[in-house]
Order: sequence, then structure tokens, then C-alpha cells
Amino acid sequence: MLKSLHIDANKCTGCLQCEMACSYENYGVFNIAKSRIKIFNFEHEGRKVPYTCTQCAEAWCLMACPVDAIRLDAATGAKVINEATCVGCKVCTIACPFGTVNYVADTGKVQKCDLCGGDPACATACPTGAITYVDADWTGLDKMRAWAGKTDNATRASA
Amino acid sequence: MAWTSKVLRVDLTKGTCKSEPLNMEWAQQYLGQRGLATKYFISEVDPKVDPLSPENKLIMVTGPLTGTMASTGGRYSVVTKGALTGAIACSNSGGYFGAELKFAGWDMIIFEGKSPKPVYLSIENDKVELKDAAGLWGKTVWQTEEIIKKSHQDPQLRVSSIGRAGENGVMYAGIINDLHRAAGRSGVGTVMGSKNLKAVAVRGTLGVGNIKDPRAFMVATMAAKKVLADNAVTGQGLPAYGTQVLMNVINEMGALPTRNHRDVSFEDGRKISAEAMAEKRPTDGKSHLVTNAACFGCTIACGRISKIDETHFSVVNKPEYWGASGGLEYEAAWALGAANGVGDLEALQYANLLCNEDGMDPISFGATVGAAMELYDLGILTKEQIGMEAPFGSAKALCELAEMTVKGEGFGKELGLGSARLCEKYGRPDLSMSVKKQEFPAYDSRGIQGMGLTYATSNRGACHLRSYTVASEVLGIPFKTDPLVTEGKAGLVKAFQDATSVFDSAGVCVFTTFAWSLADLQPQLDAACEGDWTMEKLAEVGERIYNMERLFNNAAGFTAKDDDLPPRLKTEPAKTGPAKGLVNGIDLMRPEYYQLRGWDEQGVPSQETLSRLGL
Repeated sequence: MLKSLHIDANKCTGCLQCEMACSYENYGVFNIAKSRIKIFNFEHEGRKVPYTCTQCAEAWCLMACPVDAIRLDAATGAKVINEATCVGCKVCTIACPFGTVNYVADTGKVQKCDLCGGDPACATACPTGAITYVDADWTGLDKMRAWAGKTDNATRASA
Repeated sequence: MAWTSKVLRVDLTKGTCKSEPLNMEWAQQYLGQRGLATKYFISEVDPKVDPLSPENKLIMVTGPLTGTMASTGGRYSVVTKGALTGAIACSNSGGYFGAELKFAGWDMIIFEGKSPKPVYLSIENDKVELKDAAGLWGKTVWQTEEIIKKSHQDPQLRVSSIGRAGENGVMYAGIINDLHRAAGRSGVGTVMGSKNLKAVAVRGTLGVGNIKDPRAFMVATMAAKKVLADNAVTGQGLPAYGTQVLMNVINEMGALPTRNHRDVSFEDGRKISAEAMAEKRPTDGKSHLVTNAACFGCTIACGRISKIDETHFSVVNKPEYWGASGGLEYEAAWALGAANGVGDLEALQYANLLCNEDGMDPISFGATVGAAMELYDLGILTKEQIGMEAPFGSAKALCELAEMTVKGEGFGKELGLGSARLCEKYGRPDLSMSVKKQEFPAYDSRGIQGMGLTYATSNRGACHLRSYTVASEVLGIPFKTDPLVTEGKAGLVKAFQDATSVFDSAGVCVFTTFAWSLADLQPQLDAACEGDWTMEKLAEVGERIYNMERLFNNAAGFTAKDDDLPPRLKTEPAKTGPAKGLVNGIDLMRPEYYQLRGWDEQGVPSQETLSRLGL
């Protein structure tokens, strides 16, 4: 079963445990500047929103790469950068409509979320369940359940 | 090893910035943050120094766990000689600034001297520069942050700054980071303003990558986070209600100081409580509270983000206050509310927003207004002197006085002195509800006896965060004690003070102690920091820090006489509630406390105590 990151922004408190977990997983350092998931704080609205790569089925970053440095990981569905091949041309950063592929000056390569090979550290670290890793075909399940719960069949249930 | 091992020394007089290695021997003895910066401070600064002179220094400091995945590991502190108190000051703040400073590769910044003109410090990892702040002087904290981010074209900068209160010499000005997190107490912002230092802007991209044993650290921090999540206070109460969860609890036990401590319960307490913040308003059908929020790395998330009622008189035609913003926390709600008899939640939030916007401690400000209202009630201050009617309970007076104080206008100038100097000036020093010139927080020590000793012996003046015996006396953490008796409180206060010193020096938030004991912190520190961080060592570090601070204060001129409460709390019994008829028994607790501390009757640590602690 293919899984995908599922984000419920209403549960995000802005603690950045996910960003630290991401940098620690990928670089062995607590450094939010190296995180592939970002929390955006819309201060004046009181909203915080985690944002990262959605692993597009038709991935423009992958198609735009002139050296085939971005490949599909068939096991996870992640579009993964091969650092050995990447030449740092940044075309993928332009191609991505969502801005989730970014250049890393330190390495001269780009980086993006690769789902940690199927066990995303951000989801594990999130203390509130704002980031979960769920069945890719059923990311709407919780929302459906919530609405289903509002269905008015209480009389039958108690009869 | 968790420390970056680098200290940034900024000479504001000469305009120079220098990197120097951290004294690692001291790091082993004083851990970090509060302890380590205080060690630096007392080693370099004459205790008799005028807090507002260039000879005073100001240190911004992180802890070894700041910027790590330890829960709440985002704290930083400001250490200086307090403008309000003349005692050692250490004000601790959350938000994101502390972690960013650590990520830029600095354990601490030592500011010395005084800049000839307004400046701000710009830090981008190793690139450190004092920049002209002429265009920032006179601006609020909120404007300052916006202007700096814009001019650097970097929205990811973290900014800590003073507002107009710090520029105008309000004696309890704070330093605000990330819009509404505050190193709030003792006038650390006043000291910053006296140095012509407007702000510190940091961008750090180096991270923290030198944990001693990363694997053990991840295991320890995971276990500790579970303890927080499973605890009723840190896992449920604080995220849902914030610190405001206490308003009704403390009010009902008759320990909510009201109208400058004349009363111990507030008839409108419910109107300014967490429950009220969650109720829908009749005016717009929305609740005051929008959401909770976490500081960096925090898995508790007690922070309150609220939206003020746009139709409230204080903000009509002022859309700049209509957005979501920080507040109300319990201490601010109490000081701006019950302490003045004001039961108008929206008015409290407006005053609180002004405190955040212009960097002012809402506890000291609110309590000073309370003192002024009592002086007005007694006819000592008149309508003409204040510039308005200022009876207890006047929301209008509260809001106008807050505006006047941040701007340093009219009677606001006098409120900016703090209650001790204000009441002294008008011949009634007994009406200042303070210790060492710092105003009490939100617990009446007639109804919670241990807090009387906590306030009297707090090294930074009256404060709840130096030994929060409320945890034991009210909430039963780690064990229940009777709030109405003095027996056993000396030992309780000492134990809380020593343990808190360790938490304040580690880089984590003291609110973790609702769930964590030192035994939960120890494995995290031991896995992160070079050296052998046993429970015994940590206990000794805590006691060492407390005694070191005490030595500084003694050398600054404080004596046993300053470890006392205002006469009201010792002679005017609580009028209502469970504590009815009681005064605080400070004179019973103090001698026992001194004895347990190994201090003489004058509160001076004995030679034996000092050598035992290596001081």
C-alpha cells in the first residue's frame, strides 16, 4: 500500500519538532535551515501551516531535470534526488509549482522531501498529529469520518 | 557536546564585536543559560554598579539544550543587574529567537559599554555587525521587527528588541522576541535601552550538531516527551486552557490578590478566566481565544493567541490591534485585571497588547496601576495629578494609563517608576506590593504560605518562577502540602529554588516541571553534554547557582531586611475564603530557610557552605 504525508494544519502548534527531525534524519544535525518541511506562521490570523512536497504523480521537477537526477522511488512513491547526478542547475526549483524543491548552497545540490524511505521522521516527531503518514488512497478518511459522525441517524442507533 | 563553545563579546562603546571561546570549566560548574551567564556576569561586573550606567553589562544566553529536540528546548535568558531591582536579573523567554542564536553558533552574547548612538546587532552565523538604528529608535517592537526583516530581505530572521518603554526608561521594560514572547521582568529592557541597543536580529543556519551521544539523546528526549504528553497538566490543562487554567482555581481558594492585595478574591474573576476566553462574545459571536501556540521545540503549547473584540472602546478605529496576537496569560490577566479590580477581558487584552508591542512587563505595570488606584482611593493622588479619574475597576483608566506609560507621557512617566518608587514618592512605601522593588505575581501569600518565602528570598525580587511552590501547595506536584501552614515550607522552597536553577540553566522551560523532575531532565543533559551529568552533580549545580546569585546581591547591598514582605501581608489578615484570618508567616519561615541554606541570621552564606559548593 502506498502511503503519503497527510497534513492537518488545524493541529499544528508551530513547535518545529518536525523541522528538527527532518534535518536530523538527513544531515545528523538539529537545523531548521536544512529542513525539507517548513511551518508557516500566519501570525495575524493565528494560523500555522506545515508545508512540504506532495510527491506529485506527474512530477514536474522530475520531468524538468536535464540530467535525470530525480527518480521515482517505486516503493514509497517519493520523487528522490540523486545527489551524485544532480548538477545544481535549479531548473527543478523553477518547475515545481509549490516551491518545495530548494537549492542547498552548502552542497551545491537541490533537496526535497523523500519520505525518509518510507518512515518520515517529521510525522514521528509531530506531537499533535498534525503530520501523519497514511494510506495514500485515503487521505480524506478522517474528514469523511468527521462528517459521517454528523449524519443524523441517532434515533435508529438507539432503537 | 551541546554548547557551541563560542561567546560573542560586543563592546557598544567602541562598536566592536569579538568571538571568544566559552569557559568550559565554568560550563561544567554552571551548565548554561542562567547559571553560566550569571557566572560570567559576576566575574566581570562590580555588584555596586548603577544598572543604567555603561559599566553594567547585559548578557543574552542560551542553554545546552536550546536548539535541540528536547521538548521546550528553545529558551534563552537575559542576565544583567536589573533596572527595577538593583539585584541580579535573569529573565527567560521562549519563542524562536533563542534557538536561532544557537543555530548561528553562539552560546551567549555579552554586551558591554554604551553605544554613542542607537544601534542594533545583526548576526548571520559568523558575520556579526553593529548597524545604525536611527530609523528604528522610537518604533515599537512590532514595527522594529517588520522594518529589520524588510531591510535585510529575510523573513526568516528572528528579532529580539525593546519598544518605546525601554527607550523611555520605564523601569520594568522588557525585551520582546517573536512579537509576543518576553524576557519580561526586572527591567532588563530598561538596561538594554540605556545602552542605546535597540534590537538583535539573528539568522542561524549552522544548527546544533555536536550532541555527545545522539542516539541516547533521541531516546531520552522521546521518553521525556511522553512524560509531558501523559501528564494531566502539561498534556491537557496547559494546551487547552493555557496558564489561565489557574484563574478560577486560585480565585476560589482565596489566593487571588485583588485591588492591590486589599482582597484575596475577585468577584469578576470568572469574567477574566480561561473559560471566559473560550466563550462566544455577544458582540461578534466569536470567542476571544483563537488558538494555542507553541514556542520552539515545545510539545506542551500553552501559549494563547487571541483576537480582541473590534467593537471594544479601546480599539475602535485601531485596526492594527484587530489581528490575532499573544495573550492573555494568567499573570498578565491577573496583574492587569484583578490587581486593579478590572473585570473587562477585552480591556486587559488591549493593555496586554500594548505591553507586547512596546516591551513592558505586564505584571509590574498592572501592579503599579493597582498601587496608584489605591493612592487615588485614599485621596493621596488626585484626578488632576493622574489626568483622569482612576478608581479601582476602571477599564478606561487602565487602557489610557498603559498608553501613557509606554509613551512616557504625563502620569505615565510616574507609573513607569514601578510601584516601590511611586509609593515612596507619595509617602506610602507600605502600599507597594513588592519585594526588592519588584511587584508580586498572581498568588496571595496569605492563602499560599510558601509563596511568601518564595517572594521574599527570590534573588531577582518578587517572582513566582524561582520556586513555584504553588505546584505543591495547590496542585499536589510532586506531593501535596497544605497551603495554609508554614511548616515544611522552608525546605520546600529551597528544593524548588535549587531544581529551578537547573531547569533555567538547561535551555528548557520551567513549565516542564509540572511533569518532569530532575530525574527526567538528567538523562537528556547527560546524553547531550560533555562530562558526567549525574543527579548529584545537577543538584549541586542548582544550589551553587542560587548561592552565587545570593552572593552578588549581598555584595550589591541587600541584607536580610530585604528578604521581607510588605506590612500588609504580615498584618492585614485575608478577609475571605479558606485563608480568612491569616497573614503570611514569613518571620517563622525565614530563619529555618537560612539555616537549611547554610546561611547566617543575616542571610550570608557561611564559609562552610561556600567551600562545599566551590564558591
